[in-house]
Amino acid sequence: MTLTANEQMWKEMGIDLESHGQLMNALGPIYGEIYLSQQNRPQGMGFYDFVVGDIHGIRVKELREHSKDGGKVVATYCVFVPEEFCWAAGAIPVSLCAGTQFSVPVAEEVLPRNTCALIKSSYGFKLGRLCPYVQASHLIVGETTCDGKKKMFELLAEQQPVYVMEVPNKRGTAGRALWQQEVRDFKAKIEELTGNEITAENLGEAIKKVNARRREFRRLSVLRSADPAPISGKDALLATQVSMYDDVERQTQMITALNDELEERVKKGEGVAPKGAKRILISGSPMAIPNWKLHHIAESAGAVIVGEESCTGSRFYNELIPEGIGYLEDMLTALADRYLKTNCACFTPNTERLDDIIKMARDLKADGVIHYNLQFCHTYANEAVQVDRALAEAGIPLLRVETDYSDEDAGQLKTRIDAFLEML
Amino acid sequence: MTTAGLDVGSRTIKLVLFDNGILSSAVTDSGLKPLERCRRLLHNKSFDKLTVTGYGRDLVAPELSGATISEISAQAVAARFLYPDSAGVIDIGGQDSKVIRLNPGGGVSKFEMNDRCAAGTGKFLEIMARALELSIDEFAQTALDAERSVTLNSLCTVFAESEVVSLINKGEDAHAIALGLHQSVTTRVAGMARRVGVSDRLVFAGGGARNPCLRRLLEERLGLSVTVPEEPQITAALGAAIIAASGKNQGEQ
Ligand code: SF4
Ligand code: SF4
Repeated sequence: MTLTANEQMWKEMGIDLESHGQLMNALGPIYGEIYLSQQNRPQGMGFYDFVVGDIHGIRVKELREHSKDGGKVVATYCVFVPEEFCWAAGAIPVSLCAGTQFSVPVAEEVLPRNTCALIKSSYGFKLGRLCPYVQASHLIVGETTCDGKKKMFELLAEQQPVYVMEVPNKRGTAGRALWQQEVRDFKAKIEELTGNEITAENLGEAIKKVNARRREFRRLSVLRSADPAPISGKDALLATQVSMYDDVERQTQMITALNDELEERVKKGEGVAPKGAKRILISGSPMAIPNWKLHHIAESAGAVIVGEESCTGSRFYNELIPEGIGYLEDMLTALADRYLKTNCACFTPNTERLDDIIKMARDLKADGVIHYNLQFCHTYANEAVQVDRALAEAGIPLLRVETDYSDEDAGQLKTRIDAFLEML
Repeated sequence: MTTAGLDVGSRTIKLVLFDNGILSSAVTDSGLKPLERCRRLLHNKSFDKLTVTGYGRDLVAPELSGATISEISAQAVAARFLYPDSAGVIDIGGQDSKVIRLNPGGGVSKFEMNDRCAAGTGKFLEIMARALELSIDEFAQTALDAERSVTLNSLCTVFAESEVVSLINKGEDAHAIALGLHQSVTTRVAGMARRVGVSDRLVFAGGGARNPCLRRLLEERLGLSVTVPEEPQITAALGAAIIAASGKNQGEQ
C-alpha cells in the first residue's frame, strides 16, 4: 500500500494510522452535514473549510518545518496559559482540541468514566496516538483549573513532557501574588525550552500581535449583534476554534477579512437567518473542535447563536493587555493581571462571570441564554445555580443543558431546545 | 375546522382529533415502525391540519405533512385548555419526566426535564415492576397497600434493579419494596418541581398520572393537590391538536 504524503508524515510522527484514518473518515461527512449545508455563508468561511478539509495536514506540516530548524511547539489546553511568551521566544503555541467522542473510549480504559468529556478526549488523543498536534509538540502546558485535569496531566506526563501552571482559586492578594510568580516561572520555562531570551522588545511585539487578533474577535462580536445576524454561530465558533491553534498573524488577517465582509452584510441588512430569528447566547464550558453539537441543534431548530460566553468565545478574546509599556517587569505584571481576569468557574467567588453573561446577553440582544455544561464538570454545573438566579433577576430566560460529546441524548436536547425557543 | 394532534412517544403513540373540544382519541404502542403505526392511526380520519409532538416528531411530521411542536409547549397548552386556572404541569412519560411552570398568559415560563437516564420516568417503574413480576397496575396497587416502605439506595435504574432483586432474595416484603420504588420516582420528580418553582394548581399528565400511588406520593411530597385529567395519556396530543388549530407553531405549512 502506498501512503499519501500526509500519511507518510503522520507515520513518522508515530500516529496510529488505522484509527486516525477512521477519525478522519468520520470527520468529513460530519463537517459536510453541519457546515457545508448552511445557507448564505460568508465567503470568508472558505478559508476555514479549507483548514478543516486538511485539519491534520498543512498546519502540522508548518509545525514540523518550524521544528526542523530547532523551533519549539508548545501545546496548551486552557486560555490561562499566556501564549505571548511562546510567540516572543520564537515558539509556536497550539491549543489542543479534545472535542470528540472518538477518543473517549480509549481514554476510559484508564480514566474513570465519570470524568468530563474534555479530559477524556484529550487524554485519549495521546493514548490512542490520534493527534499530530500532540505528537508535534515539545511541551504540553497544563493548569490546575480543575481537579480532573490536574490528575490527568500527571498521567499524561508519563508519555510526554508536561509543565503545569498553578491557577489560584481566589483573586485576592495572595492569589494574585501566586499567579504573578507562576507567570514569571512560565516565562523562564519557555526561555529554557527555546534557548531564547524573552525581552521587552519581543514580548511587546507578541502582545501587540495577540491583542490585534483579540480586537478583531471583539469586532466580530459586535457585528454579531446585528439583526439579522450576519454569520451563524457555528461559523463564528469555528473561526474561534481554529484561531486557537493557527498562526496569530494569519488569523488576524483572516478574521479582519471576514469582519470586513460581515460589515458589508450588516450595512445591506443581509443575514444567515431571517430578521427576527430567535437569538441565543451560549454560556459555559468550552467547546473544542469538533464539538459543534449544541450550536448545530439550536441553529437547525431555527435559532441563531449570537455569542459564546466561553473559553472558545469571549474568555479567549475579551481582555487586552496594555501596550506601550517599556519595562519588562511591568509588562509581566500587566500580562499576568490580564489572564487573571479570565472568568473561569475555577475561581471562588466568580461573580464577574455573572456580570459578563448579562452584559453579553444585552449587548448581543439575545432573547435567551443556553447554559452549556459538560457532564461531570462540577465547577460549571454548580456555578449554573448562580447563573440561573442572576439571569432570572435580570429577566433573561435561561435553559440549562448538561451533555457530553456522544449523540445519545440528541433527541432530548432537541426537545429542550425546541421548547425553549417556543417559549421565548 | 378539525385538527389532529399526534404524540409520537417512545412507548406509545397518541392521537386526538379536535374541534373546539376532543372529538376522538386513540392510543397505540409505538412498535418498531412508529411511522407506519401513525399512518394506520390516521387512516380514514379526516382533518384539516396536523401537528406532531413527542420524541418521534421530526421523523414523522415531514412524512405526514404535519407541523411540529415540542412536548413541553403541547402539555402547557393542553393543561390550560382543560383547566383554565392551571399554573403548572408534571408529566411523567415513558422515557422522560418534565415539570413545567406556566405564566399567567398560559405560556411556558420555566421547565425541567430529566437527564438522559431513566431515573424518575415511567421506564424506571416498568423495569421495577418486571423485577417484582407484577403488571404496572398491580405494582401501583401493591405500593398503595403497603404499610411501610424500604428506602432504595440508588436512583439509577440499573443499580436499583439489582437492589430490588437482592431485597427479594432477603425475603423483604414486596409491598414495602414497591412503595420504596414509587418514592424514588417521586423524590426525583418533586426535586425538579421545586427547582422549577411550581406552587399550586398543578396538572399531573402523561402515562404516569394513571398510577394512583405516584399521584398520592407527589401530593404528599409537594404538600399540594394535583389534578389528573380524565385521560392523562393523551394531553400532549391534545395540546398539539389545539396548537394546530391556532396555527401558532413553527414549521406550520
Ligand atoms: S473553562 Fe477554565 S479551565 Fe477550561 S479552558 Fe476555560 S479557563 Fe481554562
Ligand atoms: S470542562 Fe470542567 S471538568 Fe472539564 S476540564 Fe474544563 S473545568 Fe475541568
